[in-house]
Amino acid sequence: MSSDSNLIRRSQSLQFPGRERAAQIVRFATSSGQALLAVCIVSFILVVSVSAFGAFILDIHVTAFDPLKMNIMARLEPPSGEHWMGTDKIGRDMLARVVAGSWISLSVSFAVLAVASVVGTSVGLVAGYVGGWVDEVLMRFTDLFLAFPALILAAAIAASFGGGMVSTTVALAAVFWPWYARLIRSRVLSLKEQEFVAASRCLGASHTRLIFTSLLPMVWPLVIVQATTDVGFVILAASGLSFLGLGAQPPTPEWGVMIFESLTHQPASWWLAVFPGGAIALVAIGFNLLGDSLRDRLDPSLGASEAGV
Amino acid sequence: MLRFILRRAIATTILIGGVVLMTFALARLLPGDPARLIAGARADADAVAAVRERLGLDDPVGMQFLTYVSNVMEGDFGRSVVTRRPISEDIVTFFPATLELVLLAACISLVLGALLGVLAAVRSGTPSDVGVRGVAVLGLSVPDFWLALVFQLLFFATLGLLPFGGRLGTGVTPPDFVTGFMTLDSLLAGRFDLLVDALKHMILPVTVLAIPSMAITIRVVRTTMLEVLSQDFIRTARSKGIRPVRVYLRHALRNALLPIVTIFGLNTGLLISGAVFIELIFDWPGLGRYTANAIASSDYNAIMAITLVVSIAYTLINFLVDLSYSLLDPRVKLS
Repeated sequence: MSSDSNLIRRSQSLQFPGRERAAQIVRFATSSGQALLAVCIVSFILVVSVSAFGAFILDIHVTAFDPLKMNIMARLEPPSGEHWMGTDKIGRDMLARVVAGSWISLSVSFAVLAVASVVGTSVGLVAGYVGGWVDEVLMRFTDLFLAFPALILAAAIAASFGGGMVSTTVALAAVFWPWYARLIRSRVLSLKEQEFVAASRCLGASHTRLIFTSLLPMVWPLVIVQATTDVGFVILAASGLSFLGLGAQPPTPEWGVMIFESLTHQPASWWLAVFPGGAIALVAIGFNLLGDSLRDRLDPSLGASEAGV
Repeated sequence: MLRFILRRAIATTILIGGVVLMTFALARLLPGDPARLIAGARADADAVAAVRERLGLDDPVGMQFLTYVSNVMEGDFGRSVVTRRPISEDIVTFFPATLELVLLAACISLVLGALLGVLAAVRSGTPSDVGVRGVAVLGLSVPDFWLALVFQLLFFATLGLLPFGGRLGTGVTPPDFVTGFMTLDSLLAGRFDLLVDALKHMILPVTVLAIPSMAITIRVVRTTMLEVLSQDFIRTARSKGIRPVRVYLRHALRNALLPIVTIFGLNTGLLISGAVFIELIFDWPGLGRYTANAIASSDYNAIMAITLVVSIAYTLINFLVDLSYSLLDPRVKLS
């Protein structure tokens, strides 16, 4: 009987794999005001950037909403009913550019965090699990990356790789991975002393099996939480690098580039700087709040961690 | 105690060695032929070869690294393409202006961050806690180069309250160079009008620079204070009838000092990074603006020199922070 109901439940969850997940998300979003705000902001950003990406890929050009379409007759117009965020020096619509910038920033950020978290988690797992001189060597190597002020190291690496989006990604991954290595190592150090790991070892599990089936599932939620918070910080850093001329290059509608380009038109054309910067801030706030809420949910005792900058 | 200092000093020296090695490796990765860059685009093959010879670019990599280290030890970083002067001289010239900015911002972010953090912890769960935490999230999320621009638009262009940038008004003769700090030098010269002018020019850059590190300080202080406040000795102090303010600032904050000092050390990295943007926007003649200009004009020698010098300074600051642990808390084991 019970096996029957189990079977039914399993088949149901197979039929509706999203339902339980959706319910979880709703429970999380309504758990506190902060979580609700975070979920709203992040969903909004994701919808906007996915649509912008879709429009880019499918090559859809909505007239009056094309980030690269110039209109010399309408240069440097302040925000109006027609152009909600005004137009830039060659008459491109600022709203279209800010929207298009969202998927550029988010994809750079996801790429950076994918590299940083995979490298950092691997180093942290190995250092914590193996211990001894391997741990010592790996962690001193990690410390080396933390001996530089973050932006200075990122700028030096980006300059060495010749600038551009790929350099930015490499440079920021180099700045962010050490934090993952430290976080995961310290968690693995305490986890590996626990009974379920010892039990698994007694049953004859190999090192690889222990790492992948006992340790990794216990640490990956930490990685997700940290990465969520870091989305905002990576976007801040990436836009900073392009502001300095090391990241995306004009005419790419990247937010940092747009703010840099606005410098020559200040103070007359305030809208050129205010909207792209506001977009960066909104994304950073959204992911910051989401990361904090997830952390509270996961382990209230952790509290707000220090920022990974 | 001496053994502890020695051990930390050795570890720090090794770390600095690693920093030098990594900077050297990054410089080797640079795009293009450095000899071609120095000789100029129109130089013939012989001239380029001569430059390669002079710079030792044909030597084995190990040899080149040794040359690099000995040059660094002598403070020789080569010439800047932009200023046409030795980079070490540039660094000495531009350093005081940045130090003045960073020191003031560090003090403000520490004091304000600690006070707001204590407030949020003491009033945990109340609107003032929520407000302070909101300020912290905002301070971490708003890009500083953008905030600098917005403040400039607001306080200079719209309200006309504060100057656009620079260290003194245009046409004002600076006081005699003594410390390189505009505020101190004006005081030493007895020129209060200059002091007021210098302070006016510092308000916006210092505020924007201090905000991100203040936000981090708030978070760290709040979290640590919440832990300390739940301990028994705080209840004892309270039940003895000691005034709450004294309990918070004397008993609790003192026990939260270690994380605060740690974050202070880490924040100097944030301040150095922030100075690059803020000096560029407020036209502040310091190392930050020098770095931003070096990046904009692909002055790789200067970028690498700044990276090295700044990172060594940052490592030394964190070494001092390590040492201060044992002074602040005798319970920290020295071994």
